[in-house]
Amino acid sequence: MKLLQRYQDGDRMRHWLVALLFFMAAFSGLAFFHPALYFFTALFGGGAWARILHPFFGLAMALIFAGLFFKLRHENRMTDADRAWRARAGQLLRGDKGAMPPVGKYNAGQKMVFWLLSSCLLLLFITGFMFWQPWFANAFPILLRRIGVLVHAASAVGLILGVIVHVYAAIWVKGTLRAMTRGTVTEAWARQNHALWYQDMTRLRK
Amino acid sequence: MSSLQSLDIAKRSATTTPSPQARHGAEIAKLIDVSSCIGCKACQVACMQWNDLRDDVGENAGSYDNPRDLTPQSWTVMRYSEVEVVENKLEWLIRKDGCMHCEDPGCLKSCPAPGAIVQYTNGIVDFISEHCIGCGNCVTGCPFDVPRISKVDSKAYKCSLCSDRVGVGLEPACVKACPTGAIRFGAKEDMLDFGAERVADLKERGYEQAGVYDPPGVGGTHVVYVLQHADKPELYHGLPADPKISPLVSLWKGVAKPLAVAAMIGAVFAGFFHYMKVGPIETKDEAES
Repeated sequence: MKLLQRYQDGDRMRHWLVALLFFMAAFSGLAFFHPALYFFTALFGGGAWARILHPFFGLAMALIFAGLFFKLRHENRMTDADRAWRARAGQLLRGDKGAMPPVGKYNAGQKMVFWLLSSCLLLLFITGFMFWQPWFANAFPILLRRIGVLVHAASAVGLILGVIVHVYAAIWVKGTLRAMTRGTVTEAWARQNHALWYQDMTRLRK
Repeated sequence: MSSLQSLDIAKRSATTTPSPQARHGAEIAKLIDVSSCIGCKACQVACMQWNDLRDDVGENAGSYDNPRDLTPQSWTVMRYSEVEVVENKLEWLIRKDGCMHCEDPGCLKSCPAPGAIVQYTNGIVDFISEHCIGCGNCVTGCPFDVPRISKVDSKAYKCSLCSDRVGVGLEPACVKACPTGAIRFGAKEDMLDFGAERVADLKERGYEQAGVYDPPGVGGTHVVYVLQHADKPELYHGLPADPKISPLVSLWKGVAKPLAVAAMIGAVFAGFFHYMKVGPIETKDEAES
């Protein structure tokens, strides 16, 4: 089984750190979003502890993600080819993968998720300070805090939806997960799902 | 304060099922007649004394307001405004500031901690401090900027309308202490009747715009004012003319919550059934390579 290196170990560990912090921040944050989810505070030692810890989880997630963002943003720039791919995404979802044009390291769906997660995290990062008790909230007028909590909640929902798509795609497209668990993918996987990236990776070899 | 009247809770923060409300207290109100207030601060002292609160000694900020603002230890503060509604006719408007006990409380709506804020069936909005998690959402939700978060214990505090006294048939401490009868307490209906009498009297004495402040934007309040200039409540240290729960807060704590939760759960279900219906994308020729 021939393998191609897709991620370096440092990036993989950073990804998983972001992932763990995402779950911590998401569960502690969801607890305050809807009463039906308040029981999540029990995972963190009660309501007050969940409130204290949540911003630190979120801040750490955003900062570590920032490193990934600056490394990967060039590879995630949308192109005309991506727009053509996106126009046919419906067929892929119906299971007809043969209809899809060849893509590079990332397809348009992955790029859209990348930008969705990045922009949601940026908004969460900024608005999080606006009502962070007791450190920063009092520096902001109450109107700004009201806007802040609303934008924070909306972008958190955007982030969670993005992550659901991200996780599902990894489960759906077999052979993908090992890119993050091992750092490598099979050549067959690359040829089928990221043909242009496969060409780039193997051309150098010849 | 703590909940002494657990059988008559009309609303409970972050709770989606009905609260225990087998008992129905009569709707009460505190009436503050600004036109009869002499600014003696007996109410502030009584509040400190009954609730056993001692604020730090502050600094003189060039006005009689002392302390300068509401704090976790000062649940009521006299606000002194010097205004000239008619030119060259100085008026000293003294308003006792504190929680208004809204019928539709923005603090309770914003609070994410179950049972940290309750509204009794008599209308009193009370912070059950041991359930408070210190997030400050009540500050965000309040249309009157009343709750204060303690730097000592990270809990929110505000006037309880002496729910502990009212619960055993006493009037709030500030009412008891007021030497001029400017603060009264009783059934809300009676307070509004009394307020109407005061307004009629004030009008007779030339305050054409006198009126009762019971803002409908928050469903009315259980602390109502008699104002000499009810057409300009802002004169009274910025009392809002038409307070209501901010639409931002209503959106955040209203329709957005169930829709967003449905969207998140829906996304997971969509993924699950998509996998079951369409199946995974497998790498075809993995064996041969």
